[in-house]
Amino acid sequence: MTGQVTTPVIEVRGLRKTYGDRVVLDDVSLSVEAGDVVCLIGSSGSGKSTLLRCLDLLEEIDDGVIGFDGREISDPLVDPREVRRSIGMVFQAYNLFPHLSVLANCTLAPRKVHGLGKAEAEARARELLERFGLGEHVEQHPDRLSGGQQQRAALVRALFTSPRLLLLDEITAALDPELVGEVLDIVRELAHGGTTMVLATHEMAFAREVATKVCFLDGGRIIESGPPEQVLVAPEQPRTREFLRRVLPQ
Amino acid sequence: MSSPAPWAPSPRELERRRTRTRQRRNRVLIATTATVVVIGGLAAAVVLSPGWPRVRESFFDGFHARKSLPAIVDGFWINVKMFLIAEPLILVIGLAIAVTRVARSPWLVPLRGLAVVYTDVVRGVPTLLLVFLFAFGIPALELQGLPDGAFFWATAALVVSYSAYVAEVFRSGIESVHPSQVLSAQALALTRGQALRHVVVPQAVRRVVPPLLNDFVSLQKDTALVASVSIFDALFTARDYANYNFNYTPYVVVACFFVAMTVPLARLCDWLAARVARRERAGAL
Repeated sequence: MTGQVTTPVIEVRGLRKTYGDRVVLDDVSLSVEAGDVVCLIGSSGSGKSTLLRCLDLLEEIDDGVIGFDGREISDPLVDPREVRRSIGMVFQAYNLFPHLSVLANCTLAPRKVHGLGKAEAEARARELLERFGLGEHVEQHPDRLSGGQQQRAALVRALFTSPRLLLLDEITAALDPELVGEVLDIVRELAHGGTTMVLATHEMAFAREVATKVCFLDGGRIIESGPPEQVLVAPEQPRTREFLRRVLPQ
Repeated sequence: MSSPAPWAPSPRELERRRTRTRQRRNRVLIATTATVVVIGGLAAAVVLSPGWPRVRESFFDGFHARKSLPAIVDGFWINVKMFLIAEPLILVIGLAIAVTRVARSPWLVPLRGLAVVYTDVVRGVPTLLLVFLFAFGIPALELQGLPDGAFFWATAALVVSYSAYVAEVFRSGIESVHPSQVLSAQALALTRGQALRHVVVPQAVRRVVPPLLNDFVSLQKDTALVASVSIFDALFTARDYANYNFNYTPYVVVACFFVAMTVPLARLCDWLAARVARRERAGAL
């Protein structure tokens, strides 16, 4: 990873986010290169989700700078919608639109935001859904599907326009263990295909397998970050060690 | 949590705040300009119209406004009283009808049928017609033990009419509560009635506050329908005055009274809704 002189996809410096008196993110710095898979780990309330939301400009930040492809996007003059066009996001609770079929969920933004024609968008969506094993559920409404299927549909929705960056917010946390695999398979495939991703996750084994970089958050700060072999296997910080002891089966 | 590090906004953040302030100021400026242009334009269109002097004379005459005011205040008190009596009754009856319609108990089947017929029929009849039927028709039956005052029966007509509308509003609210809520209430071994009472209806009521308010405002205005059965409410008083003095200013005065009554109610409901949202959705995405 060294020696490359490229602009990082995401460059965060000194990010601070508060809700009233509560400091949720405190002086967070993070750099994501193209093709990186960055896993954010840490207990609930450590700020993982908030960080992801800040990256997608869904939250107004209180200090710091977020750069995207070398441009500062935390500037109030930047149109957030323009940034979000090239970022995909998937949420823990799927957040599919219940009144639309799976197909319509996937083609909404491509048609309305990216200007694709109906036929073209639907053909491509079918192809993607087919590839992710949802071929027979294309016309169904999300609530008819299992959690794993819904989350795969949400992934297709986010992936459809080949975003420059994919943000995944604990996308397997609401799933049954047996359904986790089918979603992670897709993420693994994307990771191997070179998709740049930042994901908050509780799946340590998975993080170790796909991550190029792991960040441990605690109390709104990145306490430790580095390659998974280091952070997950031989952490330097006592707090990271303590966290891993709690979440990893002995 | 981490130790309270002494944090001071960075120069970039300060600059950003200045930008945000500037953006906010721009928005306020645009809003003000747009408002002034629209309101000013409307006002100009009215004031500069060829018939404005005559309209002002017959609709906006200060002398007649002052002279008709005391009688209108008396009349308006009847509208207010009618509204205050009808409103709680409508809420209770409307909710009862809605709950009856969603109840599943076999004992309630006949009531459920009645509730359906009630809402269908009553909503189909114009409110004005109901007022006529009730205020003139029922006293004519000469039933023993029932009051025969026009005020009583006109109010009853409003209650009957509006409880049908409000029942449907409540019912749509009840049906919009996700089935998983009923499921989890049942899982706690609550009866269906308890689930409705403690879980479904409270959520439903919160959701339907805006459409309910809509019906209330409508009811406040429809209290003026009783003028048609010669009750000396604000509108009837105004018409009386207008007919004697050939001046329509009292109508405008009455309109102002009704507006003055509905606006605070609208603000109150907005405030209530905002409070609930703050309490229940704090921090949720």
